[in-house]
Amino acid sequence: MSKGHPRQLTHYDASNHNQAPAPLVGLDTDKRATVGLSYMTYEQLDEFGAELDAVRQRVLDDLGQKDADYIRRVIRVQQTAEVLGRIAVLAGVFNFWVLAAGAVLLGFSKILENMEIGHNVMHGQYDWMNDPMIDGRRYEWDNVAPAQDWKHGHNFIHHTYTNIHGKDRDIGYGLLRIDDDQPWYPNHRFNLPLAFLLMLFFEWGVMYHGLELDEYLSRKMTKAEFGHRKSRAARKARRQVLKDYVAYPAIAALAIPFVGWWAPLAVIGATFVANVIRNIWAFLIIFCGHFPADVETFHEEDAENETRGQWYLRQLLGSANISGSAPFHVLSGNLSHQIEHHLFPDIPARRYPEVAKDVKLLVEKYGLKYNTGRLSKQLFSVAHQLATYGKKPSDPYKQGRSPESRALRRAKREARERELAQA
Amino acid sequence: MGILRTVLVSKPVRALTSPHHPDHYLERLHPLATAEAVRARVVDVRRETGAASTVELQANGAWRGFEPGQHVEFGVEVDGTRKVRVFSVSSSAHLHDRRFTVSVKAHPDGYVSQFLHRDLERGTIVYLSQAQGEFVLPDPVPDDLLLISGGSGITPVMSMVRTLKDRGHAGHVTFLHYARSRTDEMFTADLDALSSLNIDVVRIYTREPAPGAQLRGRFHIDHLKHLGIDPTETLTYVCGPAGLIASVRDTYTDLGAADRLRLEYFKVPSVDLEAADATGTLSFDTSGSEAANTGATILEQAEAAGLSPEYGCRMGVCNTCAVKKLSGAVRHVVSGEVCANTDETIKICVNVPVGDVAVAL
Repeated sequence: MSKGHPRQLTHYDASNHNQAPAPLVGLDTDKRATVGLSYMTYEQLDEFGAELDAVRQRVLDDLGQKDADYIRRVIRVQQTAEVLGRIAVLAGVFNFWVLAAGAVLLGFSKILENMEIGHNVMHGQYDWMNDPMIDGRRYEWDNVAPAQDWKHGHNFIHHTYTNIHGKDRDIGYGLLRIDDDQPWYPNHRFNLPLAFLLMLFFEWGVMYHGLELDEYLSRKMTKAEFGHRKSRAARKARRQVLKDYVAYPAIAALAIPFVGWWAPLAVIGATFVANVIRNIWAFLIIFCGHFPADVETFHEEDAENETRGQWYLRQLLGSANISGSAPFHVLSGNLSHQIEHHLFPDIPARRYPEVAKDVKLLVEKYGLKYNTGRLSKQLFSVAHQLATYGKKPSDPYKQGRSPESRALRRAKREARERELAQA
Repeated sequence: MGILRTVLVSKPVRALTSPHHPDHYLERLHPLATAEAVRARVVDVRRETGAASTVELQANGAWRGFEPGQHVEFGVEVDGTRKVRVFSVSSSAHLHDRRFTVSVKAHPDGYVSQFLHRDLERGTIVYLSQAQGEFVLPDPVPDDLLLISGGSGITPVMSMVRTLKDRGHAGHVTFLHYARSRTDEMFTADLDALSSLNIDVVRIYTREPAPGAQLRGRFHIDHLKHLGIDPTETLTYVCGPAGLIASVRDTYTDLGAADRLRLEYFKVPSVDLEAADATGTLSFDTSGSEAANTGATILEQAEAAGLSPEYGCRMGVCNTCAVKKLSGAVRHVVSGEVCANTDETIKICVNVPVGDVAVAL
């Protein structure tokens, strides 16, 4: 590791759990991060971090058979729904209502597979089981986005740099303006219709997001790496399309002599509906996790040289929960406990409700905000945000293309270069 | 593998189950119904002499069989976690279909070997690999053979001898086994009964020699001379602790008979938690390099060794850096928890090696 490298890690000591996570170490290592100072002192932040570490450790120590049984039960339900759904879709060429039921079952199974199983397994929540079928490193989900690139963008970028402007690529996904501190561009006038389209084709959006085209265009990514990403995405999309829109419809082609030429098309249509059902649901849950009003965002300067406690606090302030019934939580992959998920992304999600009790006690103790609400309330808030921030702001510093913004960006870039040259 | 299993893992079926492996669905029907993942039911657990256990297994149809001398990864699930160790097959290759045994000495610190010895019950499902290892008899087997084993290194050799006996091997086989004492010896009753016209079983107890024993002490060329064996003429297999292997190898090299020798190390993984942190060697299996353990996290040590493993948060959150640890023990720098499982996934950014560790990097 060379000296002066912005990601130098020498002072990071994970055994001393209270130091800044390495990726947020700034060039000026004497500077302290300002995250959370409006809520508590540095000493309190350290205490807060230690208390959350203790909560996490308590759950980790208790992991065992019941967690293993739980995830296997979820997988059994999901696979049963998937198999029944596929059969119903195929049999549906003889009866429309069976076709419709099949599409719903298949959509339900894809929701479970993507959210409570895929997302959580790929976080490494069940790696302690050492079961190769649900190993975070090897698991591939029923979604066109390849696991490898999704894990980089989600587990690393999004979960480490949560809600830091210029770092977390999930703030508006480079498509929408959802926060006052994002620069406004003319395409943001179409915030609501674009969000609606993204909702329908969400898995393709996730795949495209994982290519990180913007990183490549700004020369932060090599051509070779971008090429690998493209070919992984193409391979995965080909397999998904082959399965959903070629292989199963081909089986339905056997029914052509009995019902007519459209039998494979009925299967294609029902499977498309199933995929869209999953897309809509995933989009709704995910948008409600970070984009309602009052969710805080941060700037890089605030978060450089964060302590463990500050990192935790940033996760807490940057996420929002959705209240609901137990089945609702399972269907959301327990991302309805987005706050707990962001504090402890690698503990089995079924533990989030129990962890939430401890988190709420700490929230009370330190007088923090705990953003939660019904799905309808959070959704309305997100839609309101999209509508509000889609309008052109009067402040020229908030318009991406104004001369003022350009000058500011240039000044920042030059300051950074000077700093780098000095180091 | 039967026709049904071949079909179940064929390309068209995989296209239908993509992105999951067909086994992902089949194991939900029954844990033994997998097409490619080798699994077995425990048929019997026998306590052997010398604190050892023999586990008799009935493998599912994915099992492709073994050659005497090979080993197998053996996983049991304890409280939701699959613990994997490597054990040698100890049975004859002529048991009936897909039936075989593994034998293991209960090691005081060995979680799995202790578990097998105390708790493993009939009917338990165990998770296996296909048989692996190059320490096998040639085809055809030459007439005269010398098999040397030390301590629990006897298990793969036991499989060879039992197979040769069942096969009615015509040539002369000498089986020279070193154990500390008769009470410490595995398979004592089998060894007593094994000697026959053309299988010569010679046991040497290094600490408590048998009364009137003609051969004493550790391996020495005189032992072979006394048995009338010419190392330059006899294909020899040796399995045991490093000390035994080194002395046999040196003897054969001195005689210019190194090409007659086949060896296999048999090392019981041990974890010395009291030892200072920075001991042992960190091996990077995929890249084939190794470095002395500095006590830093495995990720940092890998980077210092010039490798560039994938990583993300470097604080144990994002799981980007997770890799297979092939053997050895690691300590989590945050929780202090020590994991000593073979073949488990660890986050290398928050784990430091405790003693010798091998990772798939």
